[in-house]
Amino acid sequence: MGLEFLEGNEAIARGAIRANCNFFAGYPITPSSSILQHMLDRLPASGGIAVQAEDEIASIGFCIGAAMAGSKVLTATSGPGISLYSENIGLAIIGETPMVIVNVQRQGPATGSATKGAEGDIQFTRWCTSGGLPVIVLSPATVGEAYELSYHAFNLSERFRVPVFLLTNKEIGLTRESVDLDAIELPALIERTRAAVDEAYRPHYFDEPSAVPAFSDFGGEHIARFTTSTHDKDGFLATNPQVVQEMIDHYAAKVDAAADELALVKRDFQEGADTLIISYGITSRSATVAVREARAKGLKVSALSLQTLYPVPRSALISAIEGVQKIIVPEMNMGQYILEVERLAPASVEVIGVNKMDTTLISPDEILERGGLQ
Amino acid sequence: MNAVAETFLTDEIGPLPFCPGCGHDRLVKALDKALVELQPDPKKVVIVTDIGCIGLADRYFVTHAFHGLHGRSITYACGLKLARPELTVIVLKGDGGCGIGGAHLLNVARRNIGITLIVANNFNYGMTGGQHSVTTPTDGLTTTTPLGNIEGAMDLCATSIAAGAPWAYRGTGFDRDLGERIADAIRQPGFAMLDIWDMCTAYYLPRNQLKKKDLTGMMERLGLQAGLLADKPRPEYGEQYRQIHAQATQAARPRPEISAKYDHAIDRQIGIVVAGSAGQKIRSAAALFAQAGMFANLEATQKDDYPITVMTGHSVTEIILSPERIDYTAIDSPDYFVVVSGEGLQKSRARIEKLDTSATLYAEESLDLPETNARIVRLPLVATAKKINRLSIGVVALGAMLADSGLFPMDAFNESISTLQRKAIGEVNLQALEAGAAMLRQECV
Repeated sequence: MGLEFLEGNEAIARGAIRANCNFFAGYPITPSSSILQHMLDRLPASGGIAVQAEDEIASIGFCIGAAMAGSKVLTATSGPGISLYSENIGLAIIGETPMVIVNVQRQGPATGSATKGAEGDIQFTRWCTSGGLPVIVLSPATVGEAYELSYHAFNLSERFRVPVFLLTNKEIGLTRESVDLDAIELPALIERTRAAVDEAYRPHYFDEPSAVPAFSDFGGEHIARFTTSTHDKDGFLATNPQVVQEMIDHYAAKVDAAADELALVKRDFQEGADTLIISYGITSRSATVAVREARAKGLKVSALSLQTLYPVPRSALISAIEGVQKIIVPEMNMGQYILEVERLAPASVEVIGVNKMDTTLISPDEILERGGLQ
Repeated sequence: MNAVAETFLTDEIGPLPFCPGCGHDRLVKALDKALVELQPDPKKVVIVTDIGCIGLADRYFVTHAFHGLHGRSITYACGLKLARPELTVIVLKGDGGCGIGGAHLLNVARRNIGITLIVANNFNYGMTGGQHSVTTPTDGLTTTTPLGNIEGAMDLCATSIAAGAPWAYRGTGFDRDLGERIADAIRQPGFAMLDIWDMCTAYYLPRNQLKKKDLTGMMERLGLQAGLLADKPRPEYGEQYRQIHAQATQAARPRPEISAKYDHAIDRQIGIVVAGSAGQKIRSAAALFAQAGMFANLEATQKDDYPITVMTGHSVTEIILSPERIDYTAIDSPDYFVVVSGEGLQKSRARIEKLDTSATLYAEESLDLPETNARIVRLPLVATAKKINRLSIGVVALGAMLADSGLFPMDAFNESISTLQRKAIGEVNLQALEAGAAMLRQECV
């Protein structure tokens, strides 16, 4: 396609289709509606299905059904819609359903400022359903990254049989940027491992807790079982505490054991820096400018921007924190990912949040001023 | 090789789990009878359930078993059916599920997705302690209506039919032909639903001293009919979906390519704000300008601000152009500000007041501008656009701004319009561009 002027929402749709997504269901909500539109415009022409459901609960319900029938599914909403997805997200976790969920964040709570950006759903996305088991959360900073991480999210959802969130922001979703998607290098496509045709199918079978069970489509070569209830490796109701715990350990281990490998981060370290800025999403672009300006003033500053928010890229954070005296965490919320940073930072390190949710971007100047980099 | 299956039930996990005398037992066996009659490949059948006693049933069949959230079984069934139209998808749900999932019942009926819904209707929540449901008859005694139900009972068939269900049947678990009627439903290409009344022996039966024959009596008292209540086939959703998309004209016109072939005169990030009104095509003019910048080898971003009622009020667009990657996408100190209407001015007044001396403000001449340190260029934008096309005001203004600022060659804007726009609109905008540029060249002379 060459050089294009694209909004982040279109880039997400294009990344999904590039990853062979063939089923989409969604419900209109600003600022994610144009993902629904782009999928409706593109999927049916290539033999896929894109539908507008009656509400968010039906959107994700359609997707879970289609995913278990073998489709590669995407749904997209904004924060209020994630509230309505919540129970079904738990179902996708317990049923080990591969699916990609986009949250184009808008300022909240509740209806909030529907047409304005925010990053208020960071911890919400991680803890969005009962049970507290892990999900994967990726956060792009640019339109190009929205495309790349959308594709990547499909690979991860297929590989780990887990819902993967693409956590973006109105400020990326509805901002157009000059971008050449063809110039973005993408890894090889990953499809879920399917159970051997001639073997008895056990829908949730694993040997090691972190192993991902082979999949068989509803309507495919085996008789498949799927249940919202606590079950064993065969998909039958389980009440034996030992079996119950074994399954829970498995849901946690398959994501957590891969944390280092899943850690997508961008490092811009400066030798001898005593300050580190940790950021993600659109705000990491303000951080980039702040770092540039601070260095121009002769200050020594490092930056770590995160594309993977969950599982927390612990090793990357710990090694970045090593040796600094101050960490600045700018966020378009009242302080959410800073909690993950504080957990890992030694007590002697000062951790400063630069926070606002007044619907405007955090500016480089605000990071410099409030972070004490004058 | 394909022996006739005598049952689709399995005893692999033991006998059916229902209370003695529970109607669900009869219903599950009637469904089995229907499957035996139809003899489908079990690998092509999915039984979908949700929460409620009947939700225990799916796993006792040799077919695929899908047990989902309370009230949501219809949504999974629709996803399965849309993804794999060759599947026979049968939903077993209770009256409770029809309450919490009422919206899905209405919408599957309205869309006519080819699944079969069997409601095991026993007028209360058997799984959670006998609370009243949407189908509990008025005066019915339940744990949550101890003085008698004062709510009206929902007529599931009439509700579904009103929403568009082409096939609906009401009966009881005691009907001798229930298996056949379920088979009839499964044969329907579209959505088919059966409202099957039965006994909850744990709660509803003892509290209401209900007897087997009373079910028909209850129907009469409530003024409800039994039997086949709708049989008006119409096209199934998934089939229609595939048909209309197969017929649809192939993909939209390919997106024209932008090639960075012109030079520019920009050495830093430049912020441009264009403020106008809804309906003035401000956003599309700005997009053409930004892409003109891309033709001139610049990076570009565009952000739009407008009320959700898109046909009224302001339309303010921010464009950033830069020779390098654009990081921060807000414009704190605009370099160029273009105001074409009163609504645009109203929305931007505070920002205009704060413009500094290095900024230039291009404004429609009739506007009453606030005090500002910016260089002001007043232009007859409305009058000029009016001569060409009212909707070209954004291009007129940006043409003037480009002529004055010399950020990049006019040819790049020209090429952006002629490459990216359809011919008829493009020609209007090329005229507008020329008029805008000429107007300011004259001003400057």
